Amino acid sequence: MSKFSTIVGVDVGGTFTDLAFFDEATRQFSTAKVPSNRGDEAVGFIEGLKSLGPLASLGSIVHGTTVGTNALLERKGARIGIITTPGFRDALEMRRRDRPNTWGLWGDFTPIATREFRLEVPERTLADGTIRQAVDVDAVRSACLELLAKGAEALAIVFINSYANPANERAAYDAAKAIWPNPHIAHSAQILPEFREFERTSTVALNAYLQPVVASYLGKLEQGLKAEAFPGAFHIVQSNGGIMSTALARKFPVRTALSGPAAGVIAAAAIAKAAGYPDIITADLGGTSFDVSVVANGEAALAAQTTIDFGLVVRTPMIEITTIGAGGGSIAHVDASGFLAVGPESAGSRPGPVAYAQGSMRPTLTDANIVLGRINADKPIGGKLKRLDVEAARQAILDQIGQPLGLSAEAAAEAIIRVANAKMAGAIRLVSVERGYDPAKFTAVPFGGGGALHVGALLAEVGLKSALVPRYPGITSALGCIIADARHDQVSTLNLMLDGLDGAALSSRMAVAGREAHAVVEGSGLTVERIDVLYQLDMHYQGQTHTVAVPLAVQSVGDVSERSVRAAFELAYAKAFSRLLPGIPVRIVNLRTAAVGRRPAFDMAALAPGSSANIGKAFVGRRNVWFDGGWHDAGIWDRLALPVGAVVKGPAILEQGDATTVLDPGLAAGVDRFGNLIVERI
Amino acid sequence: MTTLDPVTFSILTGRLEQIADEMDATLYRSAFNPIIAEARDACHGLYHAETGATLVQGAKGLPIFVGAMAFAVKAVIDKVAEHGGAEEGDTFIFNDPYAGGTHLNDFRLVRPLMRQGKIFAWLASVGHWLDIGGNVPGGYNPQATESFQEGVLIPPVKLFRKGVLQQDIVDILQANTRVPRSNWGDLNGQLNALDLGERRFHALIDDYGDAVVTAALDAASKRAEALMRQEITALPDGVYSFEDYLDNDGIVDERLTISLDLTIAGDAMTLDFSRSSPPCKGPVNIARSTAVACCYVALKHMFTGVPANAGVLNPITFNIPGTTFLGVTAPRPVAGYTETILRMIGVIFGALAKADPARATAAPFGTINALSIAGHRANGERWVMFSFFGGGLGGNPQSDGLNHANNPISTATIPPAEVIEASYPVMFTQWALRPDSAGAGEHRGGLGAIYEIEVLSPGGADVSLLGERGRFAPFGVNGGTSAALNRFRWQSEEGWQEPPMASKITGVKLKQGQCLRLETPGGGGWGDPAERTPDAISRDEAQGFVAMASAAERDDSKGMQTRLSTSTDHPAGFPSLRSGRE
Repeated sequence: MSKFSTIVGVDVGGTFTDLAFFDEATRQFSTAKVPSNRGDEAVGFIEGLKSLGPLASLGSIVHGTTVGTNALLERKGARIGIITTPGFRDALEMRRRDRPNTWGLWGDFTPIATREFRLEVPERTLADGTIRQAVDVDAVRSACLELLAKGAEALAIVFINSYANPANERAAYDAAKAIWPNPHIAHSAQILPEFREFERTSTVALNAYLQPVVASYLGKLEQGLKAEAFPGAFHIVQSNGGIMSTALARKFPVRTALSGPAAGVIAAAAIAKAAGYPDIITADLGGTSFDVSVVANGEAALAAQTTIDFGLVVRTPMIEITTIGAGGGSIAHVDASGFLAVGPESAGSRPGPVAYAQGSMRPTLTDANIVLGRINADKPIGGKLKRLDVEAARQAILDQIGQPLGLSAEAAAEAIIRVANAKMAGAIRLVSVERGYDPAKFTAVPFGGGGALHVGALLAEVGLKSALVPRYPGITSALGCIIADARHDQVSTLNLMLDGLDGAALSSRMAVAGREAHAVVEGSGLTVERIDVLYQLDMHYQGQTHTVAVPLAVQSVGDVSERSVRAAFELAYAKAFSRLLPGIPVRIVNLRTAAVGRRPAFDMAALAPGSSANIGKAFVGRRNVWFDGGWHDAGIWDRLALPVGAVVKGPAILEQGDATTVLDPGLAAGVDRFGNLIVERI
Repeated sequence: MTTLDPVTFSILTGRLEQIADEMDATLYRSAFNPIIAEARDACHGLYHAETGATLVQGAKGLPIFVGAMAFAVKAVIDKVAEHGGAEEGDTFIFNDPYAGGTHLNDFRLVRPLMRQGKIFAWLASVGHWLDIGGNVPGGYNPQATESFQEGVLIPPVKLFRKGVLQQDIVDILQANTRVPRSNWGDLNGQLNALDLGERRFHALIDDYGDAVVTAALDAASKRAEALMRQEITALPDGVYSFEDYLDNDGIVDERLTISLDLTIAGDAMTLDFSRSSPPCKGPVNIARSTAVACCYVALKHMFTGVPANAGVLNPITFNIPGTTFLGVTAPRPVAGYTETILRMIGVIFGALAKADPARATAAPFGTINALSIAGHRANGERWVMFSFFGGGLGGNPQSDGLNHANNPISTATIPPAEVIEASYPVMFTQWALRPDSAGAGEHRGGLGAIYEIEVLSPGGADVSLLGERGRFAPFGVNGGTSAALNRFRWQSEEGWQEPPMASKITGVKLKQGQCLRLETPGGGGWGDPAERTPDAISRDEAQGFVAMASAAERDDSKGMQTRLSTSTDHPAGFPSLRSGRE
């Protein structure tokens, strides 16, 4: 126990690097926040760790990273080459024949591998797996040399129909690997043996694009850790919310695309579950966007695919996070027809809101919160600015929103907040009501800096049961790194008819896939209590192209039969749509297999307020805060000083270093035994 | 009159749109045929109780339907007025293209949203069904001379009466299609969407009250009108004329002219198409409602900030007389309506480019290339592969046109080649960008595509195509040049063949192992090609986007990886197909 008794979660964000430290032996929990070093994140990373004590005494480190995300968004990946089937060189660039916007025909697209970096070699596999033409490995070798001569740093091999039979692709991979000078090489069936050539090509190409970037980043981190004599294990959070070894992260960097946000959802789910709230909707309000994710019965929902930007599709399982363009920096404006809109245009953190006095004159959601006294102008979050310019924010809101609508500055600020709240409520409705969940059974879990400012409105607008504000909303992602399970997902396309299904054959395919996934988690070097293998089939009525996810609750894979699969399908289909279609044949499209290595449970009591917490000391004073058309005298509280069991009634503002919780009149917040605030209607 | 505060209006606008979006998503996910599920050839919304005017529409709905649905709902309103009212639980179904339809494949379901026994508004769903009978599987019969050859026509009839499904109607529908199962699946998908929309709208109206929602809908229409008038006012007054042509109607090999005189006068616009060609024999006629709908699509692409509801059309006067092929009535054939409206949209872009050169956009590729390949499997089962294909968009002030995009009338994605190959006995030997297909310019057009398909089934296959732009290329603007023409060929014992009517043909027989090849146009160019930056020129050359074919003729050994499968018996070379129209 001695050596591996401490664990640190590290979340590197754009501005700050957050760290969460837990000592399993002493049950001591602490946090740290250091500035991120944009461009050389490794520096901030090591500095942050050192602030927690000598690295030589740390047990393990788990990292949520945005290096992959940023490289994708900023188009700063490696120069890659693609080798493909004759006639399909342009698949990556042709996409699915879409365009960026429904309305308006402008906008173009530059693929991550331009045409001269995409070469074809003689080969062809048919849809049923027949090899029509064996791959010409000499052509593969010359293509490799041509790409290397052009400066390619990574290679992706994608052959049509390789999901049905990867033999040609593997032969090409073997030939290429023998001469490719670095480990940045992959073939598509290794990463995504699922049909749909554009999505597969895009995923595999983006993986190659990230390989050198992520490998170099991890190399720097590992070097830094070694220099500080760190003796333990180092792991990475994936977009699916599970953690993996750095060796796998080097091989599958595309799986880190949503690493940081996924860790946040995992932490929110674990915190809420421990507190007795298994059904939650996470709400992360950042500077430019509002991210929501639904967690039902303690399990985060996974999406099969996401689009990073127009034409950049990543198809690997990832925690489903719905993003809308409404953040603290969203700009409010009144259009020519007198219509009030908030966002999607954002002032971001630079120039930021008017009150930041960094040159912007356009009022934002944050300005509205400042003008109404909800955000403390004398203690800005993050600690970079000394104070906020309330007067400038008020004037901008009055001039640009109040005047055209005939409202006072305060009424206009409240209007901005109401419109923004409605957009956030819409996003929550999208993941709850629209997916068949009853919001009255769900609890909102705001994290990040801004979510808790709007918690009351979200309860009222969507009819959520309650809200739970974690004790440290600003470091939720770092905490998630400590909590997350180990996980490995894989998929294979089956294309089997359900009628006359050979249950034994399917069982043995599942067993093989299960063993493979199990072995990956087992080999990751993480301490886990046990490994669960989960199976899901993508199924539909023959003729449909979209599928429904059908979880198979199997104790042993031998239980699978035509009958049990049909029953599971009909249950899932009926849940998704109002009508079953008896008489139409059913098809099994894909098998999805996940191995989950359950980590030792993190004891949330470590986060609880200490015995020195005292409600008297927590009371800071009173100030005027605007609610429902008028100023209210609101209590101001030091949130972290509140003891377990304390109850604060609205109107009130609860402040802490990295977040502000606003309690509207009619709401009360109690501190539970883990230090969470539970917000409910009185 | 209920007063509506601006904040409630803003909030309600978002909530109403979200419901329509959700209806769209429900149908996409539960539809059977890929033209709805993948190509999103569908649309949902809420329509005015008395006029049928569009009140709310899903953001992802097929653009052309956004304009056409109001006419469809009006057709039901008229029917109800003639034959005694609509009741709670009624749902109408129809596909009559002359009464607010587009073509016969588009089935509309219209249901009253009843509040306290009165019609508050109408809910509607439209989706493209795979096959509805007619001479050609899939309905795109390029040689139809009457709509009776295009499929079965259903006038507005009650599919549900007071909540009870009228099985007789379903039986009639099922008996008149080659793919009853697919249509039944799509019908259920549309009903899923209507059920959901009905539940959601009721819940929303319960929340806010009938009067407030009515006031918000009214305000939304006024807002759209005000924003549209503002856009028009910004254009200089004057008359801007433009014309373009269709190759032929598939029956008579004569070009058809679409002539537009666009007048800007203050905050009003007139679109006068009266100088266009008379009704034609073949299937490229359109009904007036379709023509108006496509004008709406063109304007919405130019003025993207104007919301999607009927208020947009209030400042606009249309002159689309029945003496033209743009305002026909039954039974003139209309299956190829897509080609006509694409050309109309291009003509509107062309006229607006004259009014506002700073925002000029060159012509997009302008044809859907409806291709059907059909045959029988070894077990006798019939298969029909049916798809539309992409091309390039026009150069614009901001950038080059987008390569391989969908048409302005749709947001359709193309099914992946692997999904097509897994479903039908065909194999793609080319799925590639088409070099030299874009118009030149400071910002060139986007590239079109080459699709080459080999038939794998031992029994061979029957092929038909309904396409355009085989004779008149997509135009450039502000000095940009035209793009390449559409080109379709197929292999026979005597070598490669081309259709006598350019891009319209039916009854082509391919044997196992033979190929067809479709090369689609790019977009027109924007601005003087001499102004193109050296950097952009060298990028195009390095990537083989220009002058690829001529380089191939000079030296066949170099850089020809893309054309490995291009058989040597193709007609020699790729001569310049540009047809100057300046």
